[in-house]
Amino acid sequence: MDVRLYLAQRISAAVMLPLVILHILIILYAVSDGLNAVEILERTRGSLFWGVFYGLFVVSAAIHAAIGVRAIAREWTPATGRTLDYGAVLFGLLLLVLGARAVSAVVL
Amino acid sequence: MSQSQQHLTVSVWRGKSEGAFQDYQVPHLENQTVLDIVTWIQRYLDPTLSYRFACRVGMCGSCAMTVNGTPRWTCRTHVSKVARDGRLKIGPLSNLPVIKDLAADMTAFFEKWQRAEARFTPTKTRLDPIEQIPPSSPARLAASAAIECINCGVCYAACDTVRWNADYLGPAALNRAWTLVNDVRDGGQDVRLRAISANGGCHNCHSHQSCQVLCPQNLNPTASIAGLKRLTAAAFIRGGLK
Amino acid sequence: MQAHRRQTLWLAALIHRLSGLLLAIFLPIHFLVLGLAIESEAKLENFLRWTENPLVKFAEMGLVFLLTVHLLGGARLLVLENFPWRVWQKLFATIAVGISALIAFGFLFRVM
Ligand code: SF4
Ligand code: SF4
Ligand code: FES
Repeated sequence: MDVRLYLAQRISAAVMLPLVILHILIILYAVSDGLNAVEILERTRGSLFWGVFYGLFVVSAAIHAAIGVRAIAREWTPATGRTLDYGAVLFGLLLLVLGARAVSAVVL
Repeated sequence: MSQSQQHLTVSVWRGKSEGAFQDYQVPHLENQTVLDIVTWIQRYLDPTLSYRFACRVGMCGSCAMTVNGTPRWTCRTHVSKVARDGRLKIGPLSNLPVIKDLAADMTAFFEKWQRAEARFTPTKTRLDPIEQIPPSSPARLAASAAIECINCGVCYAACDTVRWNADYLGPAALNRAWTLVNDVRDGGQDVRLRAISANGGCHNCHSHQSCQVLCPQNLNPTASIAGLKRLTAAAFIRGGLK
Repeated sequence: MQAHRRQTLWLAALIHRLSGLLLAIFLPIHFLVLGLAIESEAKLENFLRWTENPLVKFAEMGLVFLLTVHLLGGARLLVLENFPWRVWQKLFATIAVGISALIAFGFLFRVM
């Protein structure tokens, strides 16, 4: 990991700090009477706030997780160099695409 | 030797990376360091045993070994503190190749000091007046807190990031770099910041503090490395790492 | 276990790594489930009915623990790296695990 990856990792972490706290609070609040699709979608559909919230969440999580998994692979698997970089980019893109799809599904 | 003489069973690593532990019976004295034990074995039981020491008083940093699984400076480690049930297991420092028996090959360790630019780059000659550095200036205080390293390699052997990533510069080299970063007389700052920001640099540290827990000089490489992370990140943002 | 690993902060680093890894594995699944809503509300609803199974609730409790422990562990690291050195690392790391367990049990309590 060099200084660029470090910064991307820590900045995405700092961005997610308040997001995760809110996410946990929502989980604790929402599950009390069971989850249901109507309730979730009522809250999120057409909401600019939740759109930005989850959008930012997905982008930060994709960056953060890709770099984190890369660091683990560097130390715990034989992978090095290009393999690591491509693997991390691919994983990040996967999260980004699936995440964008999920956000659009619940917000749009 | 008196009748009541107690004995220790000491398993000592013999060989290179391939090898085995061999047991020795060594008299247990009241005031005895691990280095005394090794020396006793070499003097009285097996002169072919290889190990390294110089000062015997915790200054030179050459006597570090793995004692009962933990890297320690053996000349200042009392047997009574580390022996368990009259047994001791002594091996070479880990994370380094073995030259023979208890002597680890420190080459990679010191090469990383060079790679980290952990050496002083003078900006003055002997003809210039000596630079006055206020002892209470923040930079001097930061350097002082990290300066007493004896290059023993204990932290390096205790660092799992070194173990799992051969490129990682390791706690000692980075700690030394931190003291130089805080030395206003040093002229090698840009090169140094670039060196420790590259692959294998300070950003690989996971802050386990295993290095700090075991450093015989009570230094805190984790804190030094955190300082380097801050400094390099700021330099990168300013565009100063090109 | 090797001796240098028998200390709180090494374990904290391991917990941080494993929780992050498991969360990274969970994320794509999480996104796929939410993506069900693209096709229809009913599909998402069907899936949510399946999650009412107590075993799934236990797994979810685990996820809440992983998320909280990774959050608090990460917060400690951000403070450690960006502010003057603090000596309460071990205490905070221990408390972080405790709080995470409490929140995870709190979650289970709410869904039961
Ligand atoms: S804190 Fe950093 S230098 Fe110290 S043992 Fe952990 S990774 Fe190695
Ligand atoms: S930092 Fe401490 S443990 Fe590491 S080489 Fe220096 S004195 Fe030895
Ligand atoms: S022999 Fe010099 S430090 Fe131990």
